[in-house]
Amino acid sequence: MIVNEQLAIDHGLKKDEYKKICDLLKRVPNITELGIFSAMWNEHCSYKSSRLHLKNLPTKGKNVIQGPGENAGIIDIGDDDAIVFKIESHNHPSFIEPYQGAATGVGGIMRDVFTMGARPIANLNSIHFGSPQHKKTKNLLRGVVHGIGGYGNCMGVPTIAGQTSFDESYNGNILVNAMTLGLVKKDKIFYSKAAGLGKPVIYVGSKTGRDGIHGASMASASFDDKIEEKKPTVQVGDPFTEKLLLEACLELMAGDSIIAIQDMGAAGLTSSSIEMASKGNLGIEINLNKVPCRETNMTPYEIMLSESQERMLIVLENGKEEMAKKIFDKWNLDFAVIGQTTKSKKIELYFNKEKVADIPVNILVENSPMYDRKWKKAKLPKRIKVEKELFKTLKVKNVLNKILSNPNVCSKEWIWQQYDHTVMGDTIQKPGGDAGVVRVHGTNKAVAASVDSSAVYCWAHPLSGGKQIVCESWRNLISVGAKPIAITNCLNFGSPENQENMGEFVECVQGLGEASAYLQFPVVSGNVSFYNQTKDIGIKPTPAIGGVGLIKDYQNMVTMDLKEADNVLLVIGKTEGHLDQSLFARDILNEKNGPPPEINLFNEKNNGETILKLIDKKYIKSAHDVSLGGIITALSKMCIKGKKGATIKKPNYLINQFEYLFGEDQGRYIIEISKIDLESATKILQENSVHFDELGSVNDDSLIIDAKTKVSIDDLIKSHTNWLTNYMEN
Amino acid sequence: MHSSVITFPGSNCDRDMDVALKKFGFKNKMIWHDDVELPKSDLVVLPGGFSYGDYLRCGSMASKSKIMKSVLNFAQGGGKVMGVCNGFQILVESGLLPGVLLRNKYLEFICKNVFVKANNKDNSYFKDDKKDVYKFHIAHNEGNYFCSNEQIKEINDNNQIALFYSDENGNVNEQSNPNGSLQNIAGIFNKQKNVIGMMPHPERMIDPALSGEDGSIFFENLINNLK
Repeated sequence: MIVNEQLAIDHGLKKDEYKKICDLLKRVPNITELGIFSAMWNEHCSYKSSRLHLKNLPTKGKNVIQGPGENAGIIDIGDDDAIVFKIESHNHPSFIEPYQGAATGVGGIMRDVFTMGARPIANLNSIHFGSPQHKKTKNLLRGVVHGIGGYGNCMGVPTIAGQTSFDESYNGNILVNAMTLGLVKKDKIFYSKAAGLGKPVIYVGSKTGRDGIHGASMASASFDDKIEEKKPTVQVGDPFTEKLLLEACLELMAGDSIIAIQDMGAAGLTSSSIEMASKGNLGIEINLNKVPCRETNMTPYEIMLSESQERMLIVLENGKEEMAKKIFDKWNLDFAVIGQTTKSKKIELYFNKEKVADIPVNILVENSPMYDRKWKKAKLPKRIKVEKELFKTLKVKNVLNKILSNPNVCSKEWIWQQYDHTVMGDTIQKPGGDAGVVRVHGTNKAVAASVDSSAVYCWAHPLSGGKQIVCESWRNLISVGAKPIAITNCLNFGSPENQENMGEFVECVQGLGEASAYLQFPVVSGNVSFYNQTKDIGIKPTPAIGGVGLIKDYQNMVTMDLKEADNVLLVIGKTEGHLDQSLFARDILNEKNGPPPEINLFNEKNNGETILKLIDKKYIKSAHDVSLGGIITALSKMCIKGKKGATIKKPNYLINQFEYLFGEDQGRYIIEISKIDLESATKILQENSVHFDELGSVNDDSLIIDAKTKVSIDDLIKSHTNWLTNYMEN
Repeated sequence: MHSSVITFPGSNCDRDMDVALKKFGFKNKMIWHDDVELPKSDLVVLPGGFSYGDYLRCGSMASKSKIMKSVLNFAQGGGKVMGVCNGFQILVESGLLPGVLLRNKYLEFICKNVFVKANNKDNSYFKDDKKDVYKFHIAHNEGNYFCSNEQIKEINDNNQIALFYSDENGNVNEQSNPNGSLQNIAGIFNKQKNVIGMMPHPERMIDPALSGEDGSIFFENLINNLK
């Protein structure tokens, strides 16, 4: 096949990128080389539009062992234990083929984690669908949930938390982000940096087939009318093989024969071999005839670009091949020595005794394009004005019912009941709480994790929205009694070539960077997914934040269910009745304008840290952060979980009842305290200058608001639980 | 008391079962599916998971593993064999227990707490148990028990039903049946009652911090009965 500019363009490269390749190589690449360049230089692998901005994120901290740049980030949780974690997108494949797309997303992120030597201990996910009325939504949701469950359940890793939202901006481009946490001993962490010359390069796992060729390039393009034709670019998952691969790798890792290990994820053998060589500043030569193939007559091009799943590349110490092979034989997995490390600093591929590729590694990595894309700064929208008359027509009870059954608020039990969330026997907080919590096996420690995003806020004002999600993640961890340690982010945006979408990206990243720096909640890993759009219209900007925190003694974990009648309820943080961009404004008033609530980072930090002090003293019986739907939505969920009621009264503020109940001011929590502890608890709050209001008290039977509105617990449960099941089963 | 937990390729509740057995005093050994000999055991457990990826039929390939010959001999000699979830599926595939486990009625994986009622206490698994109704945990895609009319008659005639799905008060009814199981069957014995298969996971209920403690009651009683 003749390589020319048009063929390069067909591979998703730009004209000037092709010219750059020819200049750097000082010749025209052959077809295999062109394939390699297109795989390494696409947006998904090269971060060419995002790198410039990502480098401003805070990535260091006293608990950070490994920040971005490796397969996953790693944090120290004491006693030589470390948590490896990362979130990753699998959006485009999931829209084309929801089951396999979602399943392989889960498989891919677990591999990223166990590549580093960690046993996966928890999965989470953040999934976003189009309007429930859209004709594709129901099947996409069903397929994605089956896919996530199908893979995670088979692996025997509990899915402990997640987030699901519906918004018409995802009608033609759903989002599927999967996150995994793994546990590793600090001295048994494995990296992808190759070292030493003449070391055997080993291929293990599944055989290579023709599935997923150019998957990463597909993920770097927008959808058009021909998406059905892209089905063959979706990878096919086999969780059983991955389970074997996990056990085999961990068995090999128990010894000291591995120099470097890297999973074959996006861009398969290409990116894994190049990354290992690049990090080690050496070369790798591979004999492609040695690669175990599932299909006959595969070309070097296909072998290098296949995204067949469940494969790993290992650089081994010399002389350890037999021992390693025995382990993989035991687990019935392929094992092949396919090449070795060299001093050439080149990637050299051989096939049928001919050299089929010869590229200096630095050209592929350091010289990959980096763009300073044009972007547009977003203006802070003007506050909305709601006519007083409008409030008079509303009844609290009806509004509350509507909000609780809103697709973005209602119970997602239909989803998480399909995920095994208790396997491994350490899940102490199941999905449906503020964060999922798993014990560190055999210890008193527990790890909390949550995944959050607020596309509406980010869309209304990216800078504020970016800050808000980091704060929300922080609050979710605080609410279960965990000290927040670090985050991973999955940045889902439209086209970087569109100035508005690029602006959303830049400002969201800036916002999340500011918040994570202030809260000392650094970013240790992440992933960028651009081109989430159909034709010219991008999705609402949806950065998803996965937060991880530590509970030193799991007996101190807090849950959100109300515990006992007569206990006092406090709202921590100031209530000012911000309705703009609230669920109330959008769903009840049908008002889509206005700025999102403001973030005060000082208050966020102070409120959160003070709550941890109260938890330490065991004053807090239950806690829940206040987010979508305001105080009354948060409280209703606490009632539903605890099967208790509450009697509440609006303080004498200058805001009306709806603003008080449904406003979405940030930095707030509801906490339950028994009367005996009230004085000591409020003293601590005052000493720390934390604003709090008395909300009311717990009762045994119903939610009573301002003595006028009474809703039974059963009615709350009905409003909250029925929507999704009815939607999926009708 | 000595127990053995068999690990098949794809088993994923083997560690959980090991933790549970040891917690209640068993000296447990993990046995690889490719081994030939079972060590001396008072109880052999086939754990949950997705042996062989549930490919072909759940439990079908695992039932042909090398170790299963020894397990069959052990069971036929009166040895106690317990299969949980995928282990139950392996036991029906191996012929040690009658019937089959079909896909759940609503075609979805179910992970949740359920109540089960012990039907027959005249055996080593439930004898002297303080409880009649347990809160256990299920997590499966194929737990819908089914068998022929002749088989179910025989099962009932021999009092082989071990556990029914029930409500909190022990009422066995359609509302408490999570997966469409014939007669709400959650677990059955062989004729001699030395082999039991059940879909619920008692090993996930052994700690107040987890979903509950009814598994602790089950295991404490089991080890006492085997002594």
